[in-house]
Amino acid sequence: MEFVSPEGLRLDGRRPMEMRQLRAEIGIVSKADGSASFEMGNTKVIAAVYGPREVQNRSQQLNDQALVRCEYTMANFSTGDRRRKPKGDRRSTEISLVIRQTMEACIMTHLMPRSQIDIFVQVLQADGGTRSACINAATLALADAGIPMSDIVTSCSAGYLNSTPLLDLNYVEDSAGGPDVTVGILPRSTKVTLLQMDSKLPMDIFENVMQLATEGCKAVANYVHEVLLEKTKQLDKHRGV
Amino acid sequence: MREIESLPLNQTQKLRLEKALDQLDFLSAGANSNACVTVADTILVDHQDGLLKGHGTTDFDGELVATVCGVVERVNKLVYVRSLRARYKPEIGDIIVGRVIEVAPKRWRLEINFTQDAVLMLSSMTLHDGIQRRQTADDELNMRSIFVENDVICAEVRGFQHDGSLHLQARSQKYGKLEKGQLLTVPPYLVKRRKQHFHYLEKYNIDLIVGCNGFIWIGEHVETKDDMVEDQVTESEQQNASEDTHTPVEIRDKICRAANAVRVLCTLGFNITADVIMEIIELSNRIDIHDMLGAEFCVLVAESEVDRRRSSTKKK
Repeated sequence: MEFVSPEGLRLDGRRPMEMRQLRAEIGIVSKADGSASFEMGNTKVIAAVYGPREVQNRSQQLNDQALVRCEYTMANFSTGDRRRKPKGDRRSTEISLVIRQTMEACIMTHLMPRSQIDIFVQVLQADGGTRSACINAATLALADAGIPMSDIVTSCSAGYLNSTPLLDLNYVEDSAGGPDVTVGILPRSTKVTLLQMDSKLPMDIFENVMQLATEGCKAVANYVHEVLLEKTKQLDKHRGV
Repeated sequence: MREIESLPLNQTQKLRLEKALDQLDFLSAGANSNACVTVADTILVDHQDGLLKGHGTTDFDGELVATVCGVVERVNKLVYVRSLRARYKPEIGDIIVGRVIEVAPKRWRLEINFTQDAVLMLSSMTLHDGIQRRQTADDELNMRSIFVENDVICAEVRGFQHDGSLHLQARSQKYGKLEKGQLLTVPPYLVKRRKQHFHYLEKYNIDLIVGCNGFIWIGEHVETKDDMVEDQVTESEQQNASEDTHTPVEIRDKICRAANAVRVLCTLGFNITADVIMEIIELSNRIDIHDMLGAEFCVLVAESEVDRRRSSTKKK
């Protein structure tokens, strides 16, 4: 199948190095301590953060740091064919773990001992790159909850199809079976906190693809920063002195 | 609580609200407009020796970096970031309102919007008889006659214990169980620490407790009795009072108005003080209680807030 036309356009009309449109909104779950929705094109996810709060299961309580938990779910209506998935399937367990580890790397857990932070992410609309969108949404929600973080984490995916590196794969490109690299970085130090790849790639090409994904992460970081700053300013101004 | 975006505004109301919020922007522009930072932003400091890094900051490659979203505050050499949307951070002496979630041996556990549950020891309570004495095993067995689960109570932050748990105390008649009223929860950044957190709105005969943790209690006024002069006569009166559980309709009406005033303030994200709540109750006199949560009243409150802030800046 042709994923990049001779004119250099992808199936959804983007250029190979073009991202989908980003859209984020903060504070959409009123009961949560922090919440956000994040859209990358047609992929839409929602994240809610509860905590830091009292540990529910005493035996899990840590005396020197906070306990971070994460739950990833996909809404039944999120995919093209409506399917009822069992709650603890392998895919969602794996993604929950990935998100938890990625977020734990940047949360300053030692500042909140004997407490727990719950992150709930749900995919409302899946069109490829749900993993990245979930991490971005979780970052926004954590920042909204006022949880201290050493840096924000942003994530973006890239692939390699028709011997072209492609940024931010959508569902059709994702399910083509080609290599799919998901990268999560700390933009300030450009340190990598997450790197996953399906299938394989030669070394030199991998570097290109990874570079592309990192650039994508930085673009997301700029957008996330903008959204957060705007929200903070708004809160401060409404409150008055 | 809900967001401004979820209000069903019509076109005119939207424009008026935008105008009011723009004016608020304009009024606060002079104060500290560029002091807002987000996570991982560099805080500009001239690196003179003896810089103190406070809360919400960290050192990164020799630069001072924020770890939370909020406002940069500078006190002499100390630089810290005051986070806006976050859980309550207790300070000793704060007056808080909380809800009992567990009755444990010699203590109650309270939910106060902190990272952990707060602890109110039986020994840091003045009991009903008001006499200073050791708490006996009898008192411990009668703990449920004082507070049970889901009771709303008011207390003061006593301090942190060595194990990091937060302890409360209620050593006065003004603290204790709150009845006949409503509890509202707002983000704690909307409540400022003040000299006075207990308010008696004489005009409406209601009590207002603005807890530092963002829990706000609005209830029927109760007379706090001086425990020293308590004698046989007042005791019998007290029994009569406890049987009388009826709250007059007018007071219930006022409680609801005050509660809705807090809800509107919270939606708009304005600071919550007793004066502002009183003002909004006055403003609402012409309309029904349930209309107070409508879009029109929200716009009115925003406009009156503009006037209030404008007049307060003029005075300065």
